[in-house]
Amino acid sequence: MHRYLAGPEDRRRMLERIGCTSVEELFASIPAEVRCGPLELPTGRSEEEVRREFWSLAGRNLTTECAACFLGAGVYRHVQPAVADALLWRGELFTAYTPYQPEVSQGTLQAIFEFQTFVCQLTEMDVANASMYDGATAVTEAALMARRVLPARRRVVLAASLHPDYKAVLRTYAEAQGIELTEVGWDAGGRLDAAGLAGALGPDVCAVIVQSPNVLGVIEDLAAVGAAARGAGALAVHAVAEATSLGILAPGGRFGFDVVCGELQAFGIPASFGGPLLGFFAARQGHVRQMPGRLVGETVDAEGRRAFVLTLSTREQHIRRAKATSNICTNHGLMALAATIVLSLLGKKGVREVALASHSLAEYVKAGIRGLGTGGARLAFDGSPTYNEFLVLHEDPEGLLSRLQQEGILGGVATARLDAALPAGVLVAVTERNTREECDRLLDALRRLA
Amino acid sequence: MSEHRTLREREKLIFEVSTPGRIGYQLPALEVPKADPAATIPAAALREEIPDLPEVSEVDVIRHFTRLSKWNYSVDEGLYPLGSCTMKYNPRINEELARLAGFLHLHPLQPAELVQGALALMWELERALCAITGLAGVTLQPAAGAHGELTGMLMIRKALQTRGENRRVVLIPDSAHGTNPATAVFAGFEVVEIASTGQGTLDVDALRSHLESGDVAALMATVPNTLGVFEPEIARVAAMLHEKGAFLYVDGANLNAFVGIAQPGKMGADAIHINLHKTFSTPHGGGGPGAGPVAVSEALVPHLPVPVIEKVGDRFEMVWDRPGTIGKVRGFYGNFGMLLRALAYIRSLGRDGLKAMAEGAVLNANYIRASLEGIYNLKYTGPSLHEVVFDDSRQAAFGVHNVDIAKRLLDHGFHPPTMSFPLIVHGALMIEPTESEGIGELDAFIEAMRAIAREAEEDPELLHGAPYTTPVRRLDEVRAARQPVLRWRRT
Repeated sequence: MHRYLAGPEDRRRMLERIGCTSVEELFASIPAEVRCGPLELPTGRSEEEVRREFWSLAGRNLTTECAACFLGAGVYRHVQPAVADALLWRGELFTAYTPYQPEVSQGTLQAIFEFQTFVCQLTEMDVANASMYDGATAVTEAALMARRVLPARRRVVLAASLHPDYKAVLRTYAEAQGIELTEVGWDAGGRLDAAGLAGALGPDVCAVIVQSPNVLGVIEDLAAVGAAARGAGALAVHAVAEATSLGILAPGGRFGFDVVCGELQAFGIPASFGGPLLGFFAARQGHVRQMPGRLVGETVDAEGRRAFVLTLSTREQHIRRAKATSNICTNHGLMALAATIVLSLLGKKGVREVALASHSLAEYVKAGIRGLGTGGARLAFDGSPTYNEFLVLHEDPEGLLSRLQQEGILGGVATARLDAALPAGVLVAVTERNTREECDRLLDALRRLA
Repeated sequence: MSEHRTLREREKLIFEVSTPGRIGYQLPALEVPKADPAATIPAAALREEIPDLPEVSEVDVIRHFTRLSKWNYSVDEGLYPLGSCTMKYNPRINEELARLAGFLHLHPLQPAELVQGALALMWELERALCAITGLAGVTLQPAAGAHGELTGMLMIRKALQTRGENRRVVLIPDSAHGTNPATAVFAGFEVVEIASTGQGTLDVDALRSHLESGDVAALMATVPNTLGVFEPEIARVAAMLHEKGAFLYVDGANLNAFVGIAQPGKMGADAIHINLHKTFSTPHGGGGPGAGPVAVSEALVPHLPVPVIEKVGDRFEMVWDRPGTIGKVRGFYGNFGMLLRALAYIRSLGRDGLKAMAEGAVLNANYIRASLEGIYNLKYTGPSLHEVVFDDSRQAAFGVHNVDIAKRLLDHGFHPPTMSFPLIVHGALMIEPTESEGIGELDAFIEAMRAIAREAEEDPELLHGAPYTTPVRRLDEVRAARQPVLRWRRT
């Protein structure tokens, strides 16, 4: 028997009521030709033995907490309040399921309602869903929604400076949906090329997708992109990969965008080797019935008390089946809860402070790199506005990174690893978790290695 | 008045408990000069402090979410018999291991030599899932079961394209999960629904006639099906499909019924998604994150999403250069934290424990069936595996429907079964106890279900008004949908 299972006496008594002599009889309906012998797996282990194996595996990884870490490119190392994980350990929260029975799920439902509100506040949009898998799938779902809103249009225009994973996932889904994709490159300042965008727009375009800050770190002119998209009758989509930027940067909602979506991992979700992350999706009220994913709404119970419930589910697969707005049947509930807790802790002041501190430290590193002179590393698109991530041009990015690594510095992400079309260099992300000492070590190493 | 209700009335939204000037977190002092964003960023791109974000202390936050948590039912509290959702115990060791710094604080773009333990873990899980399914390859990338379905169907589409074929039709039985038809459409196919037989199983003759057109790309079948009944002809069905150049997609939502006893590979499956949050105990988290790895036959291996993990000597590498790939289906490599928990579960149970898990799940479902048959109607009487689907037709005679039974169960202290699914059973009550339960918990549930059946005859009004003891009573769902209020706003 096993510690997770009931015992032999349970088994005996149950078989007696069922009227069987052995458990095997209950499997009589499984035909011989599909049966298998013993699985080629090890035998079961005690908790202590499992712990030993996983400690050994964990020991073969270098944690970012043991290095000066400047890695970003879609996953960022921000605040990790102890309160968040302490609450996530509560079985009432993590061992519950989708709140199908609202009378015994008000905790989950109210937290999602709060999450939806936070997303609306950050994005200046009307409505937000209960979360998505990640930034890449959220952006992809925005393209699919645009197709539903404007069914006669089958082309999506996207910035080439969208995160490469977002582009890759969009390509995978678009191919199956018969959506044509047109990429628009960046100009000398690293921003979406305005002339290129104008040329790409047309009556067959259902959406324009722009990421800001983009994968080069550059902050886009959302007002101009939004106006161009609107002028062509297409939906404007603002993709966000670094959500803490919303602490100081105006979101797409300010500029009349139809969708603001992307990745909220930066608000308290550990990197966890890239998953689980936390996609978000916010839209205008007018598009609510075309939105993907779950929505929680406010209502009252039989005694007139405020209560929350999953709503507008006639969009969803369990009701609409082949006509659903998405095949999604979960959100990333626990991650959404984590972000709700972290956003509550940070609050009005903290959300802004995290952004200001990250921006200040990044500007400090940028100034230091400018001071290096001409040899070796230099800033790309210098003079263009950035938030906390920027591209450092270098002849041999991989070589540079491996030398930094020898000094205990994870110096950033080589662009070649992301997208061969990006300029050769290293994408450097700085957050409020980086100390001045780490920044100085990075600058000192860049100076010596030039 | 219950304690719950007192709390309920006291606890507002986090935005409503806000008090100006409170803070819940403090950053270290800034060690560099404070940058003025306006110095480098155009004014139009900047924003001020976001109005109406809450101002609360750390204590406020702990109290708020602790109170919210008390209004939830959870597996930790008791039997959670949601059919098809497989709400089993979530082992705490898995949670502890997922929080090791060497896993939790690991950036996906660290160099491969600094993440060998993570790659080894993923590789080990792939091997384990191959061993369990008897299939040739696995992708761990999909973020959930439905996402796995989509990934599998996109691979099938790619395989057909590679053969130069443009087949349009996907066959799906009327007992299927709603995700199946939605997925097929999102993968670019048309859905043709096939009616189940009188036993609720696949209609092999209907299937054969559909295959004549040559336009069928695949059949999506759930094994055992959503009634908890094993498809007796599944191997023959696979052979028929393959003979006509079509594929068999198995919805693996119910894999927990036969781990260690049968294998999708032996059934002739070309792809099966594996809900790690069902069969392999990763927590449901109030609605995700899940994880939906897909195991595939040799025919689909070239089309797996990138990257795939390869072992070269003692070293693990991510391989991106795969010409036949469908590409990527999500960012990075999958829900690593969930993959880790699933491998810990597989290691804890091992070969024999996994089989004992399936046996326990089937035994418990049959115990419930034997105890409630005759009290609740069983439309399809084929042998049950891990779940049993009753309906409300006996109680409907007294004006009591499945929703009333479900709500009354809440008063008896249990989470209700899945309702109104599968669609081929009107008024369905789909019960899946999982292997986690012992006879004591099952007997208490059975007693509650019997009591409710008596109440349905004697006092139907009692059930129409249920629940009475929960933090809130029945909700006005029509109002929620007609006048959607989807966020808080300052009034």
